[in-house]
Amino acid sequence: MAEAVRQCDVDVVAAYPITPQTIIVEKLAEYVADGRFKGEFVPVESEHSALSACVGASATGARVFTATSSQGLAYMHEMLYNVSGMRFPIVMAVANRALSAPLVLNADHSDMMASRDSGWIQVYAENVEEIYDRTIQLFRLSEDPRVMLPSAINFEGFILSHDKERVRLLEDEPILKFLGRPRPKHKIDPDAPLTFGAIATPDTYYEFRMQQTEAMNNALHVFEEVEMEFESFSGRKYGAVDAYNTDRADVIMVINGSAAGTMRAAARALNAAGEKAGVLAIKLYRPFPMEQVVSHLFQTKAVITMDRSISPGAPSGPISEDVKSAMHLAGLTKPVLSVVYGIGGRDLSVEDGKNIFGMAKEGNSFGTPTVMYGVKA
Amino acid sequence: MSWKQLEEGAVVKGGTSASYIVSGWRVKRPIINESKCTNCLICWIYCPEPAIVRHEGGKVTIDYDHCKGCGICETECPPKAITMVREP
Repeated sequence: MAEAVRQCDVDVVAAYPITPQTIIVEKLAEYVADGRFKGEFVPVESEHSALSACVGASATGARVFTATSSQGLAYMHEMLYNVSGMRFPIVMAVANRALSAPLVLNADHSDMMASRDSGWIQVYAENVEEIYDRTIQLFRLSEDPRVMLPSAINFEGFILSHDKERVRLLEDEPILKFLGRPRPKHKIDPDAPLTFGAIATPDTYYEFRMQQTEAMNNALHVFEEVEMEFESFSGRKYGAVDAYNTDRADVIMVINGSAAGTMRAAARALNAAGEKAGVLAIKLYRPFPMEQVVSHLFQTKAVITMDRSISPGAPSGPISEDVKSAMHLAGLTKPVLSVVYGIGGRDLSVEDGKNIFGMAKEGNSFGTPTVMYGVKA
Repeated sequence: MSWKQLEEGAVVKGGTSASYIVSGWRVKRPIINESKCTNCLICWIYCPEPAIVRHEGGKVTIDYDHCKGCGICETECPPKAITMVREP
């Protein structure tokens, strides 16, 4: 992550430490001390200040990065909307960690899900190399004039943030060529003063938000372009979704985050034993790739949705709600088993995956309430 | 353990910090040189834990069960009576 930031010619990093993101910022601070990172590193007194400092920097046309988790993301919550509303292409790493209370350091998606409507592009990574690749891609995506929205690269705290995996680093040159420099329409300039962060009235606020909504919709196809460009020099491509065996499966599990890998292993084991299981991993979460998700669900008999966060009082979790809405819009009526897992860092094993596939197979999932899988009964 | 059995709001009995031994966190431990100590109590005021115990007459001792080895006492001691020494 820190290496990606260094290679992306980032101008300003303003960040505050929080477990499990601290090592990213510590590494960057090391790079600054060693003279390897040429940008400005601004230590601030809180995450709210961090994002505020990022806003100031971004307004000058600088390429800006920050990182946070859990309570830190919650602390910058009001600024998240300011960033997207002001159309600053800031890229942020979120080492997903469960929100307090009770206080826990381990991973679940509650932190980002609590901010899913903030107008930030949200991508979830499954492994360390993907985190590296996505960071680079997101600067390009965010800064595209058709988008100009901030992005968050999400990866589970400890599970991925403290994971030692091989990463095939790319060369500096092609990355710099891929990104170019930010080309904002407006920049803070004392010689040509502009007003940033103006007040709108009920007469115009809605229209500004409509612009943002359009930009988020644009991000869907710009994302595809960015991935193709990235593939041309890296040889790597991930997609907005990753489909395993969805064209033949009787049960398809839709899941985001690193547990998708574990679930694929479960599905492979089941399929080797004669079952028909499929896994659809959601990598691009906002904008939600509705058509792509639905296109993989047409022929299956049942769908399982996996949420690593809870939406108390809602019919089901965030991923589940989005998938069901997408299915409804496409006229797809199939039993959907909504499952919540991995809350507060609770592990999800291959064995668990097999159990969950088994639950959906047991018959009609219509009308079953959300399964809180793994809770100690 | 069932989710139904836990205390609502995660409220736990009091005094848990005092009963939690953190001596394993240290890399260095503070040693007080009593002949240099003037009993000014500045180390006792500054210790964040607190892991410095104040006795009758202003004498101070280190509570090694709760000292995390931050070294603030060594930095703040005016007569330089405290030295941080590597744990064996």
